[in-house]
Amino acid sequence: MKQELICIRCPFGCRLSAEWNGNFENLKITGNQCPRGAAYARQELCDPRRIVTAVVACNSKEQPYAPVRTDRELPKNLIAPLLNTLYRMRVDIPVKMGDIFIENFQDSNVNVIFSSTIKR
Amino acid sequence: MIQEESFDIAVIGAGAAGLAAAAETSSAGKTTLVIDREDHPGGILRQCIHNGFGLRYFKEELTGPEYAERFTEKALKAGAKIRSGTSVTSLVKEADGTFTLIALSSREGVRKIHARAVILAMGCGERSRGNIAVPGSRPAGVFTAGAAQKLLNTEGILPGKKAVIVGSGDIGLIMARRLSWTGIEVKAVVEIMPYPAGLVRNIVQCLDDFGIPLYLEHSVVNILGRERVEGVEIAPFSGGIPQMEQKFQVECDTVLFSVGLIPENELSRSAGVKLNPSTGGPLVDSNYETTVPGIFAGGNVLHVHDLADFVSEEAENAAKMAVRRLDGEDCGEKNPVKVESNLKYVIPNTYQSGRKTRFAFRSLIVSNQAELEAELNGKVIWKKHYSTVRPSEMILVELDGKLLQEKGELIFRLKKGE
Amino acid sequence: MIYDVAVIGAGVTGAATAWQLSHYQLKNVLLERCADVSFGVSKANSGIIHGGFHHPVSTLKAKLEIRGNLMFERLQHELGFPFKRTGILVIAFSPEEMSTVHKLYEQGLANGVRDLEMCGRDRLLQLEPKLNPEVIGGFFAPGGGTIEPYRYVFSLVEAAKRNDTDLKCNFEVVQAEREDNAWVIQSANGETVRAKYVVNAAGLFADRVSRIFGAEEFTIHPRKGEEYLLDRNSSARPERVIFPVPTAHSKGVLVIPTAEGTTMIGPTADPVDSKWDTSTDADHMKKILSLVRNMVNGISPRDLITSFAGLRPVMDHEDFYIALSEKAPNFIQAAGIQSPGLTASPAIGEYIKDLLKSAGLPLLEKIHIVTELAPKHEIRHESLEEMDRLHQEDPAWTHIVCRCEKISEAEIVEAVRKGHTTLDGVKFYTRAGMGRCQGGFCTARIMKIISRETGIPMEELTKKGGGSRLAAGRLGDLEVQINQNREASHDSGRVL
Repeated sequence: MKQELICIRCPFGCRLSAEWNGNFENLKITGNQCPRGAAYARQELCDPRRIVTAVVACNSKEQPYAPVRTDRELPKNLIAPLLNTLYRMRVDIPVKMGDIFIENFQDSNVNVIFSSTIKR
Repeated sequence: MIQEESFDIAVIGAGAAGLAAAAETSSAGKTTLVIDREDHPGGILRQCIHNGFGLRYFKEELTGPEYAERFTEKALKAGAKIRSGTSVTSLVKEADGTFTLIALSSREGVRKIHARAVILAMGCGERSRGNIAVPGSRPAGVFTAGAAQKLLNTEGILPGKKAVIVGSGDIGLIMARRLSWTGIEVKAVVEIMPYPAGLVRNIVQCLDDFGIPLYLEHSVVNILGRERVEGVEIAPFSGGIPQMEQKFQVECDTVLFSVGLIPENELSRSAGVKLNPSTGGPLVDSNYETTVPGIFAGGNVLHVHDLADFVSEEAENAAKMAVRRLDGEDCGEKNPVKVESNLKYVIPNTYQSGRKTRFAFRSLIVSNQAELEAELNGKVIWKKHYSTVRPSEMILVELDGKLLQEKGELIFRLKKGE
Repeated sequence: MIYDVAVIGAGVTGAATAWQLSHYQLKNVLLERCADVSFGVSKANSGIIHGGFHHPVSTLKAKLEIRGNLMFERLQHELGFPFKRTGILVIAFSPEEMSTVHKLYEQGLANGVRDLEMCGRDRLLQLEPKLNPEVIGGFFAPGGGTIEPYRYVFSLVEAAKRNDTDLKCNFEVVQAEREDNAWVIQSANGETVRAKYVVNAAGLFADRVSRIFGAEEFTIHPRKGEEYLLDRNSSARPERVIFPVPTAHSKGVLVIPTAEGTTMIGPTADPVDSKWDTSTDADHMKKILSLVRNMVNGISPRDLITSFAGLRPVMDHEDFYIALSEKAPNFIQAAGIQSPGLTASPAIGEYIKDLLKSAGLPLLEKIHIVTELAPKHEIRHESLEEMDRLHQEDPAWTHIVCRCEKISEAEIVEAVRKGHTTLDGVKFYTRAGMGRCQGGFCTARIMKIISRETGIPMEELTKKGGGSRLAAGRLGDLEVQINQNREASHDSGRVL
């Protein structure tokens, strides 16, 4: 099996080529300029994941929405469930950048953290 | 009674450029005031809630608000004062060489700010539908990508339900993903050029992840709808002309325009700063000093960058130069720097002999094989091979002082490989 | 209650009429189909105060144009809208065009216009150095100028309201009948207004309104004019309005230094089928650009900030139709008011007032008339000391919301409190969103202020009333469904 991919780990966007047989055994990746490219290709083929960013309603008058993000990449099939959950939530300020908002979303080992500090 | 204040340096704008510049000048011991019109420092970064910032500067991937918050802390820790919610309406150079700024805010009313030097860091604005004169009717539902981003990410307002995005710049692509992530269906992204304007990784993670079609060499030739957008007509482009007989209709209630950015230089212009028609930003010498001595510029106000990290780096450099000039260093030689074939512009526009200098360029061509060369007084002094060049990617080059020993005219050109 | 006069249509004609009538002991109402005043023909036109030479003296147009022109200084003094008597240059590039120039000049003299001046090439270039130096001659009409037409209408309506005139927006007249010697007028949303006299100033829809009242049958033909606006930094901005020689159906494509500092080029003049068709067209833009670039140096498409189109309400005979109806009682027709309707409007208002008098409406002057509106503060025009004083009064004066046009929060709040609750209403009243970035920066901020002041949720605000909702809802209203199998569309052959 062979597949062309574009690495999304950094703005360079290396064009990767992945070759394997059967169950991703002997996966061979070429075209990457750094080790992160190879890691990306492997991940993308076996278990595609993305960093998810969103906003959550909060009770600040000035800033009615607080930006949040996952602290690591989330399996793609959990993205829609996470977003639909976030949009139904409401958070009380103050919040601090880096603080955990949702811990271990659906046992994914992924947390949702605040990406901004909002003071009272 | 109008209150007056004095600082060594006034920085206009508290985005990726202004905060970096202020951190630099404050660390160097210069009293610095950053003036910004938004209620919180960070500029446009605050509405860019996606990740992709900081890889170069902080060696980790951050979202826009995180990048902004880190730089805000950096500037404040260094001693800079930040005045938010404040608009500079006038910038004037006085007879004694200092500057007077008029700053308006609801909190403090009218203030006169005096500064020995000014760093322009106002960033850029978006080109709109009107700038490119897209024909059709004028219903509600037409936004610039940035305006829609602000509504969605800071106010939680959904701009529509079905959208077409005009232009494949990074903001347009990022918005395609954002809309998809809020339940809005993105029907198409339409790009007039034969290649996308944004980064390829954004094509992958913002379009391909959602199966959003990208129409290259196509343009929106008509916007339909009386009260709210009802659809657009899209036609393929060939030889610079839309092929109207091949046009087709796409139903949507929203059209977002992501058709380029323009450096925001209204204030610079009013202060007498000369602009470069190729960049829309000020002409600057190797000190990032504009044609008005004492006014410096860095970041998107100077030319539009691809990455916030580059913006901050450039503004830091401008700030370093501003500090050196305030400390009494002469502005130095001004040997002209020019671009020829296939390059749209170069920053800065002069060099000093023997001094290491960083140059930024934008290509006019798309090529997978290209060579950038520098010629000084008729001799090629430097060459570099590039595996990809395209207008959407800035080229950054640092030339060692040893290469630039001679005074004369430095010319850069980009040669297309076979 | 029964109003004395109901004026249908709050454009220049209706507003000027309502303002005139508001000086008398009457109780009047102004009925407007749209969400705000001036949202029809009066919003989208060239904003020219014409010089009185385009139409022969035999026409009603010419008579009212000349009288109207002379009334603007006083109106501006009283009502404070942007107006500049820049003067008009009509220029020719060939001997054939020169003969038309001569005819227009003679016509102007015959119409009694003062101060017209025939000019040779050098004199023209002295009056306007930006003209194409290939110009061979023309004439100068110092009495011409430019105005912000919507601002003029807003002022007229505001002054009429101050003098006890009622205004009903979103009132689309759908039915009318006589009852007890008065008209009973019904709107599309079921409101009823009774009035003894009715003025039909319904612009594009004057034919429909006339039919509803059982008055004369006629047809209003929409004739589209496209206009393109250049940034205030455009080096092409002339000092005077530049006209080419006119054609049979239009005064030609002009270069206009607007009263607010931008430059406008246009209009086209094309008959269209629909009274809703205000679309612009790429070929027309090219045509306009090539025409004006031949007249004035420095016009560049790079300076374009927006474009728009308006429709002129044209009648078959091309003249104004202002008369007492011969079929419907106490019904005044004011139809076919196309160019120079804006210039003529103050005189049209007087003329209609006199027609009403002749139809038996008693006109007794009020004892207390508000003839002058309090000057409106605009932060962009204030001195530092005045800004400081305004800030003491209300901190919102020194909060800039629209950076391109330097519009403060206080100005936007004032617009909303005066009833301009749509985005376009605020924009035309204050100029917020009219500059280079066309609202890219300030739209969300303005929406927030309108929402705060009116209590209307942000997602329910409109651009211009009716179904022109600016947003579709709030985050969470739509279910996120990521369909990764949509990739099929990538193979359609039209894509990457």
